[in-house]
Amino acid sequence: MQPPESRLNPPGRRFGPFRNRVMRIGVALGLTAALSACNTVVLKPSGDVAQQQGDLVVVATLLMLLIVVPVMLAVVIFAWRYRANNQDAKYEPDWDHSTQLELMIWAAPLLIIICLGAVTWTSTHLLDPYRTIGRIDAQTQVAKDARPLEVEVVALDWKWLFIYPEQGVATVNELVVPSGRPLNFKITSANVMNSFYVPAMAGQIYAMPGMETRLHAVMNSNVESIGFSANYSGAGFTHMRFKMRSVSDADFAKWIGDVKATGTKPQPAGDIIAASEFEGVPAKQMGGMLDRAAYLELEKPTQKVPSIRFANVDPKLYDAVVNMCVQPGKMCMSEMMALDSRGGMGKAGIRNVQMLSYDKAGRDSAVAESANPTEAVQRELAWVRALCEQMPGQVRDGSVKAPSDLRSLNGAGIPAPQSIGFGGEDAPVASSPKPAHISLNSRN
Amino acid sequence: MAIEAEAHTHWSPLLGRLWLDAIPQEPIVLATFVVVMLGGAALVAGLTYFKLWGYLWKEWFTSVDHKKIGIMYMILGLIMFLRGFADAVMMRAQQAMAFNGNEGYLNAHHYDQVFTAHGVIMIFFVAMPFVTGLMNYIVPLQIGARDVSFPFLNNFSFWMTTAGAVLVMMSLFVGEFAQTGWLAYPPLSNLAYSPWVGVDYYIWALQIAGVGTLLSGVNLVCTIVKMRAPGMTMMRMPVFTWTSLCTNILIVAAFPVLTAVMTMLTVDRYLGFNFFSNDFGGSPMMYVNLIWIWGHPEVYILILPLFGVFSEVTSTFSGKRLFGYSSMVYATLVITILSYLVWLHHFFTMGSGASVNSFFGITTMVISIPTGAKLFNWLFTMYRGRIRYELPMMWTVAFMLTFTVGGMTGVLLAVPPADFVLHNSLFLIAHFHNVIIGGVLFGLFAAINFWWPKAFGFKLNVFWGKVSFWLWVPGFWFAFMPLYILGLMGVTRRMRVFDDPSIQIWFVIAAFGAVMIAGGIGAMLVQFAVSIWKREELKDETGDPWGGRTLEWSTSSPPPEYNFAFTPIVHDLDAWDDMKRCGVERPTSGFRPIHMPKGTGTGLILAGLSTALGFAMIWYIWWLAAVSFAGIIGYAIFHTFNYKRDYHIPVETVEATEAERTRQLAAAGA
Amino acid sequence: MTATAHNLDQPKLQAAFYDLNEHDHPEGGSTMLGFWIYLMSDCLIFAMLFAAYGVLGGSLAAGPGPKDLFDLPLVALNTAMLLFSSITYGFAMLAMEKGNKGGTQAWLLVTALFGAAFLFIELYEFSHLIHEGATPMRSGFLTAFFSLVGTHGLHVTFGMIWLFTLVVQVAKKGLIPANKRRLMCLSLFWHFLDVIWIGVFTFVYLMGML
Repeated sequence: MQPPESRLNPPGRRFGPFRNRVMRIGVALGLTAALSACNTVVLKPSGDVAQQQGDLVVVATLLMLLIVVPVMLAVVIFAWRYRANNQDAKYEPDWDHSTQLELMIWAAPLLIIICLGAVTWTSTHLLDPYRTIGRIDAQTQVAKDARPLEVEVVALDWKWLFIYPEQGVATVNELVVPSGRPLNFKITSANVMNSFYVPAMAGQIYAMPGMETRLHAVMNSNVESIGFSANYSGAGFTHMRFKMRSVSDADFAKWIGDVKATGTKPQPAGDIIAASEFEGVPAKQMGGMLDRAAYLELEKPTQKVPSIRFANVDPKLYDAVVNMCVQPGKMCMSEMMALDSRGGMGKAGIRNVQMLSYDKAGRDSAVAESANPTEAVQRELAWVRALCEQMPGQVRDGSVKAPSDLRSLNGAGIPAPQSIGFGGEDAPVASSPKPAHISLNSRN
Repeated sequence: MAIEAEAHTHWSPLLGRLWLDAIPQEPIVLATFVVVMLGGAALVAGLTYFKLWGYLWKEWFTSVDHKKIGIMYMILGLIMFLRGFADAVMMRAQQAMAFNGNEGYLNAHHYDQVFTAHGVIMIFFVAMPFVTGLMNYIVPLQIGARDVSFPFLNNFSFWMTTAGAVLVMMSLFVGEFAQTGWLAYPPLSNLAYSPWVGVDYYIWALQIAGVGTLLSGVNLVCTIVKMRAPGMTMMRMPVFTWTSLCTNILIVAAFPVLTAVMTMLTVDRYLGFNFFSNDFGGSPMMYVNLIWIWGHPEVYILILPLFGVFSEVTSTFSGKRLFGYSSMVYATLVITILSYLVWLHHFFTMGSGASVNSFFGITTMVISIPTGAKLFNWLFTMYRGRIRYELPMMWTVAFMLTFTVGGMTGVLLAVPPADFVLHNSLFLIAHFHNVIIGGVLFGLFAAINFWWPKAFGFKLNVFWGKVSFWLWVPGFWFAFMPLYILGLMGVTRRMRVFDDPSIQIWFVIAAFGAVMIAGGIGAMLVQFAVSIWKREELKDETGDPWGGRTLEWSTSSPPPEYNFAFTPIVHDLDAWDDMKRCGVERPTSGFRPIHMPKGTGTGLILAGLSTALGFAMIWYIWWLAAVSFAGIIGYAIFHTFNYKRDYHIPVETVEATEAERTRQLAAAGA
Repeated sequence: MTATAHNLDQPKLQAAFYDLNEHDHPEGGSTMLGFWIYLMSDCLIFAMLFAAYGVLGGSLAAGPGPKDLFDLPLVALNTAMLLFSSITYGFAMLAMEKGNKGGTQAWLLVTALFGAAFLFIELYEFSHLIHEGATPMRSGFLTAFFSLVGTHGLHVTFGMIWLFTLVVQVAKKGLIPANKRRLMCLSLFWHFLDVIWIGVFTFVYLMGML
């Protein structure tokens, strides 16, 4: 059941002793023997966040088994003992009430749910995907000066684009991250809803157009794994998968160098697909600089896309993608929202339809329609941009900062106020100055 | 541009978008089309040959008798169940073979329709008609009423539900169905990403069927509140009636939300509005919230009546009063209310704050408390009983064991961080099939075996019933246990092909389970056929074959058109059991003429016009849409000018019917 | 019950357990309750539209907002028309109670007149907005606005069709119980639309202009 080429259950993962014990008990008690023999990556991942989530699955299951097992046993026992032809068993046709019993049957589930509710409240806050990474694993606190690796993720039809802003490179369907370093994903989608999920690393979060979601994670060992979209997004969805590797810091630097070297040439870019056929037509090859024009080409629907590397990337591209204004002549969402928060543009803006239209008439028509914005639109847009420049705004980060003290992470209590609020001022997130984002964050 | 092989751009004033390219190219669909057409032609020819059209029209299609409408709902549910199950088998087969570079036999366009149609059909056109049919048949009998509050509306509701089903079936052969998943989340379901007719079929089928469901909900709430037999206080209502009341309250309070959301999606698609668009300030997230505000109560709409069934069955076959009646009632009420406070658990992964997520997670868990209490109540009803293992009781025990596991995995998914790793995975699929099959379907099978003798006057064959049971229950575990495991292996739902060969074995096991279930369904159809064939041997003349406890067992099987010659007066819970214990004999004289509602074809005509309206809107045939809309309004007004909607069953007829019943009872030695 | 019941003889038992002298139940006993429940479900549709307006009301898409578009005096006039129509419907019901067939019909027609005035003003407002370019397609705010107000307008339109139907039916059959029941239902419906409109006027128009 465990083939050598399996990518889901990588060798060489490390467990903390406690975690390992919980796992063993969980597997032994709760789940079948078959289960422990297969690649249950959800229960045995390689990232600390996913590991805590997997442990939670086991803990919650065990808690519920406390009541489920006796109930199921009782069903079997009662069903057998009180069968009609067992005349030895007591028969009380009018016995229909017992205050003690009824108290018990409400109280027993209630007690379990109180325990589980407490676990839920704490774990939901501790494992909030918007919360920055506070620990590398159960023993190791994140170093004070550690800088997380930032990766910008874009779900496209039907492939994943990863932009490494710090390194200035981009890849499609290939995610490589350093182990033991906090990872900070910013996630969006070009058109429809997807869900960004690497089971070995951390739980999933939706990727939605015109919005940004966050995921904080860390990888604890060097593995090869896979990631995919966990939310159906159309005809090519099934192949919307990517290779994910965690490597040492040195290997990561080497890989970046590789991308810069090999990413200059055009590479195969999958198939343009016809949903009602099994085979598609090869798409135009891609590579080199990922600027806006290249992105618009990449954005076109393709499937079975192999890994594509871009040696350079327009540093403002991701921002434009989130704001749905990669195409020339489009007003950015952030600009639109800034204007809206001031009460719109009044009747003067009533006919500004073209610069706002994104996908009304179909996946590709918007591109064609605004490839060459008219002079009037350009003038209008320049005016909008100028208006927005006059209203500098604080970027609302949206992430929740993990406390810097590891002890509080292991305690049962959660310092609720600061972990709930939007503590963005000194978050260890490399944020560059940006125009005002009013509420692109799905959380607002 | 290049997404679809054919761009469907043709439009003409006469036929709208309907053109030759609407005929599906896929050979599987074509073959199905031929088979369905031949079968349909044979059916029509048979009905014509045996001159049954008049009988069907007069006695069934235009009938306002709640019993006949109930049976028609069940038949609709059964037919659609076969369609929905065929979709399931196709998916299982595709997923079992699509490994190692094999693309399987379904392309994306076809496969994506199959899983969408499977979900839509199973929820809206299988589970809903089954549940509604059951309530329609049983509730008036259980409360000692002669019909529902609004008999015509009942007929109309049924035909509207059927109209929705007809549209879904049409999409198989004319055009396409949605390729969006069963809840059609925008932006994928917006015109930009689903440009052809699939989503429009979805919208209009749901919208039209939704009208039917809503009206039947209003109808049954009124019936239960207003038409109970004298003496039947709220706390003397049978549990099935209680759960039906709560379900119909949920319908009335949830389906308008669906109507509103579907209308918003409609104007987005047809008129370019911006409710759920990406641009111009629309919000796709709002759709997800609104649809689940309907969607979660919908789950309880389906399961609650079956909780009632299990209560009736357990109590009857244990030969005992139900344990903890009042806590059962309060548990039902608590579930009803809480079902509105949990919708966000369907999308914890959308990035709501931790506090919001934990709130909805905990409210979800809280629902398991009343549900657990119910399970304990059934358990203690069995305790110190004399349990007869007839088929309904077998299904009930299977339910108790299966549903407990489904409930447990449900609570697990309610823990947000656990949901982050299991959301949209096959674990989720296994969970909801575990509760819907283990709860709703097993409950329906219990109910069908339990009340069949009431509806038709003969019991169902036990041998084939047991064959079906022993294929279904293990078949279920074979089909869905692998999905739980696959979910823990990080396999997501709605995948068409796989690239990790190590997981194929699990899909093969699941496919094997589906084959067993197919055997179970086959055995059930054989069971029906054999029972009808040997109905004389299985005949029940008493009207009370199981030692029933509630009023429906006090009348003959099948009940006369008027249900009760004299309305019973209720003094206790389990009214019929009380009457039997007191030794009350059935009155055999002093009958009076009985006031009953008259049948009408208006429901069928209005639903037919609605189908035409839906079809016209789907295909942009504007003239037909206008004509059928005007027709609906005009005919509805015309209908209101008919003031004569009732008649009296003459006393002679009642006397004759009741004399026949006296003879039957004497023959049965009662 | 059970303990004492054993002592009774069979006719008395039957009388205790069966309603032997049952009379026909008057038709339409559940109608008012049923219509109430329907209205509550309709209310939910409006609740959804209000919710959508709450969510999208600020999404102007860099276009015009409420302050740029709404003409409050016109809407006030409109509101007055609808409120008057409710009052006149009340007069129709009073006439009905007195058995005054002609009076009922006359007041119904007056109600229809006010209703038509309301619809006319609303359509004028809509056409004016659309003419200016403030179409429902322009922004989320306008989508939600047109849908909410338009759905209310559609309800009023159907109420009018129903009202005329009833005028004819009263003319043909007089104030028979069935017609009285229908008039009561329409009365509920009409006042319900009034209540919804007050919500629209307050939340959409007044608060939009603040």
